[in-house]
Amino acid sequence: MTDINAPEATATGEAGFGDYVALLKPRVMSLVVFTAAVGLLLAPGALHPIEALAAIIFIALGAGASGALNMWWDADIDAVMRRTMRRPVPSGRVEAGEALGLGMALSGIAVVMLWLTTNAVAAGLLAFTIFFYAVIYSMWLKRATPQNIVIGGAAGAFPPVVGWAAVTGGLALEPLLMFGLIFMWTPPHFWALALFLKDDYHTARVPMLTVTHGRAATRRHILIYTALLVPVAVGLGFTSVGGAIYLAAAVVLNAAFLLGAIAIARRTEAQAEADRYIVEKRVFRLSLWYLFAHFVALLVQAAANPWLPTPWIIGG
Amino acid sequence: MAITRAHEIHHRRLGRNLGVALTLVAFIVLVFGLTIAKVQRGGTIEAFDHSFRPDLADRARQQEGQP
Repeated sequence: MTDINAPEATATGEAGFGDYVALLKPRVMSLVVFTAAVGLLLAPGALHPIEALAAIIFIALGAGASGALNMWWDADIDAVMRRTMRRPVPSGRVEAGEALGLGMALSGIAVVMLWLTTNAVAAGLLAFTIFFYAVIYSMWLKRATPQNIVIGGAAGAFPPVVGWAAVTGGLALEPLLMFGLIFMWTPPHFWALALFLKDDYHTARVPMLTVTHGRAATRRHILIYTALLVPVAVGLGFTSVGGAIYLAAAVVLNAAFLLGAIAIARRTEAQAEADRYIVEKRVFRLSLWYLFAHFVALLVQAAANPWLPTPWIIGG
Repeated sequence: MAITRAHEIHHRRLGRNLGVALTLVAFIVLVFGLTIAKVQRGGTIEAFDHSFRPDLADRARQQEGQP
């Protein structure tokens, strides 16, 4: 062999700190931190600020651990998809066993520390979330059924519930509706992405709805799930965490998202290819803002509540 | 012979070691802060101090409902 191969050979097993951080999927962690923080801040009662900070850190650490376990298990899929082939394991910077070890160790630390920081209910929910994402979604559903995104979306929906449980030690209608909001949002969000990344999922032999049922069926499914999402998102406005501000934001956001879903459903594949999936990409970007804005609206509502009447409470 | 020039791999290893060190320090600070917060919330803590404490005996009798 020539010297050309030498740097690559030494690079293996000598990952930088950033490679291990990348294993934890920091972008997903940022969403987890945000939604868990909203659940924690809106829950009745209060934690000591240091306990609240620690709870959010350990919830995020649990999410990161499940991300590392997912990268360990899905290294073969990640290696053939353009979007994921540069991840630390398929690129060879981190060995698969290291990802497994890091994921298992951080899972244990996150669950035990959340238990010590808050309570057993929150820790149990976090442990179940990690199990759900790593085992139920990654190891089982992802390669087995085109409904993988639908059921797997539950893993991403748990953080606000864990945040709420960290304060109250239990569950209520409000965190369950927050769960429902993320759960119902996940399928149209990912299917919009799958519509313009079909080749990747096809190459990786992941049974995405676009691959198993075709694109026309996927377009109809996006509309159906968005229509089911609307009452959950708006319904949250009639609980103790909702109010006029949240409802106004929810109505606007859901109208925009529903119009986008209708536009996707009415388009043919020829139209989409002609304009390079401009509508699908727009709806995908909108879906990112949609979720973020709902949780921001909940925070704004909570900050404004002392000055506003809340006559429509049905929960809490 | 001593290595006088640092290879790129040495920089990467240093960065990794510093990252681990800072993470551990952050974890220690967090656990210390949690300890302070938990102890503050716990209120006054009186442990057994190897001497007779009449006030503890009175409190115990009251809790058991004895006069």
